[in-house]
Amino acid sequence: TPDPLITEVQDWASAFGDPVDAAPYGTPIRFESHVVRRNVEWLTESPVSSINFTPIHALEGTITPQGCAFERHHSGAIELSKADYRLMINGLVDQPLVFTFEDLLRFPRATTTAFLECAANGGMEWGGAQLEGCQFTQGMIHNMEYIGVPLKVLLAEAGVKPEGKWIYAEGADASSNGRSIPMEKAMDDVMVAFFANGEALRKEHGYPVRLVVPGWEGNMWVKWLRRIGVYDAAVESREETSKYTDLMPDGRARKWTWVMDAKSVITTPSPQAPIRHGKGPLVISGLAWSGNGKVTKVDVSLDGGRNWQEARITGEARSKALTRFHLDIDWDGSELFLQSRATDETGYVQPTKNALRDIRGLNNVYHNNGIQTWWVKADGEVENVEIA
Amino acid sequence: DKLGLGRPALPEEISAWDVAVLPDGTGLRPGSGNVETGEEVFAEKCAACHGEFAEGLDSWPVLAGGEGSLTDRRPVKTIGSYWPHLSTVYDYIHRSMPFGAAQTVSVDETYAIVAFLLYSNGLVEDDFTLSNENFTEVVLPNADGFYPDDRPESEYPQFRAEACMANCAEGAPKVTKRAVELNVTPTDPDGKPAGTLPDIVAEAAAASAEAAATETPAEATPEAEPEPAAGAAPADQAAAPTAGPDQELVAAGEKVFKKCAACHKVGESAKNGTGPMLNNVVGHPAGKVEGFKYSKPLLAMAEEGLVWDEAALHHLLENPKAFIKGTKMSFAGLKKEEDRAAVIAYLSTFAQ
Repeated sequence: TPDPLITEVQDWASAFGDPVDAAPYGTPIRFESHVVRRNVEWLTESPVSSINFTPIHALEGTITPQGCAFERHHSGAIELSKADYRLMINGLVDQPLVFTFEDLLRFPRATTTAFLECAANGGMEWGGAQLEGCQFTQGMIHNMEYIGVPLKVLLAEAGVKPEGKWIYAEGADASSNGRSIPMEKAMDDVMVAFFANGEALRKEHGYPVRLVVPGWEGNMWVKWLRRIGVYDAAVESREETSKYTDLMPDGRARKWTWVMDAKSVITTPSPQAPIRHGKGPLVISGLAWSGNGKVTKVDVSLDGGRNWQEARITGEARSKALTRFHLDIDWDGSELFLQSRATDETGYVQPTKNALRDIRGLNNVYHNNGIQTWWVKADGEVENVEIA
Repeated sequence: DKLGLGRPALPEEISAWDVAVLPDGTGLRPGSGNVETGEEVFAEKCAACHGEFAEGLDSWPVLAGGEGSLTDRRPVKTIGSYWPHLSTVYDYIHRSMPFGAAQTVSVDETYAIVAFLLYSNGLVEDDFTLSNENFTEVVLPNADGFYPDDRPESEYPQFRAEACMANCAEGAPKVTKRAVELNVTPTDPDGKPAGTLPDIVAEAAAASAEAAATETPAEATPEAEPEPAAGAAPADQAAAPTAGPDQELVAAGEKVFKKCAACHKVGESAKNGTGPMLNNVVGHPAGKVEGFKYSKPLLAMAEEGLVWDEAALHHLLENPKAFIKGTKMSFAGLKKEEDRAAVIAYLSTFAQ
């Protein structure tokens, strides 16, 4: 039968739509209202020291819109104006300095596109499959194009003394969330950023200024950056000793586990993005990334890791940034055990959760970069599972 | 080359912002505090979340105990069992605690709290005094429990082998764990995982069925909300029990109150914490909760007859520091009127 959407003149094809300025700063159309950050309330005791998750199951490409990029605060997202903003560099420097926001705007700018992944991304999955949907299992991640000043330029302005081996970055919020970073990294690719995806940072991501630490765990990307101290040793703050350290089976713990290793996840199909169209052509889409460089290859398995085929990398694979992969298959309607596996330019191949558990034991919840399994049923519904 | 931007940081400014304390004692300020004082300060400023004995209430961090548990299936990571450096305890309390009132603990109070926490962990006697003089003599039990990231040696070689592409495992996959069985994922009203993409195909089918049956244009379909199915809605919705606005407001208030809950307790076993417990507050005179040490400005206002009616609570909640000049309540305020109304509605359900 003819489709009335085609044969009949629809309202939108006859009457006016919204005028310009209906939304001077636009938000997504109402049909996309499900594409939002979501939290898991039982995870934390207070929503001001908590986390939510990027809806990666509903996004494509690699750039995460700021409005749905996940948030992690330790004492809530503060409102700090550009006028009230100050950045101090002190410690083992020739001249301790204070910069205003306008001072920062007068330094030569650089750009970098980088993923920010929380060290705890996937942590709830370490003990076994727990949450339904890649938003919850791998959604503590976002990827933005930043503009700012390389930290090394600001450090040079103050003049780092030879005995200055570490920097300590802290925020202006009540938690301050200070983290130590070795000088080699600080002088390499760390950036003091004030634009993301073409506009000012959002409040929840550290407006007006945050630290960008490509490839390293998100907790180090200090928001509302207010001070860079230069020291001869690590400060060993709360966030780098009691938290964000990795307890091993012998009862000792790894510290300074900064790099986020190669990882990937299929974003559709996934539990929040089941297959509704039945058998036939099916687009498998996913994200891959590595804190050690570029993703060079992504493999996809339909049978739980028995056999693998190479997926297409769609667009450019950038170092320490999200990379999109696709695999187009003809689905015969039978059940699948979908997995993806990233390989980076160092030759590192994303391991299974069990391979990681063999080394790290069961109490090691941070830095889970194990392979994710989605069980696709014949009816197209998808479950988060572990398999043997 | 330097651009000459920025200005020299002044000593007073550096002193105000550089409060970092390092494991070797760098950054410690002169001062001292003993276990006894620490216990009092801890009870006043910390126990609302961490418990009188640093045992941790609800899911707030446990600060004492847990010795020897680091190889257990459920390790208890405390200052005594896990933290490597005493400097971290001092640094964190002094700069970031109490939660919601950071930077309100003085140097001497910080030494005292740290002394009390050492005592709670059985590491010093009850007559112990901690100061900048003896600080670095204290070595925490797990000082040697950490080593720098060794993944490049312990993991990378084994994961750099060439990836298997075919016949990599025997037999068919067998499901060993299913997330659905734990049932801890947030859900949408239809029971599906929260945020599940709408079923475009079903919506289109419903729309064309609707169009065929009634010959009304398709734009009548509620596209934003696939459930309930088009055409079935009006009668069902009218028959469904609707939550009264009060209940909704109370439920909304319960959520907003989480911002307050670090300092204020409500309900049956509510005790005073950083702030007074808030049972039986709405509609009652201010400054009357037994056993709570109010600030002088609040007591003065109570003396003048301040009653926590809705208007007063709205003012307080909007901007506590403006309403009570000099209040100990270090909360930025609830800017949205509906949030304030919701919290007040929630609090009014706790009457004795």
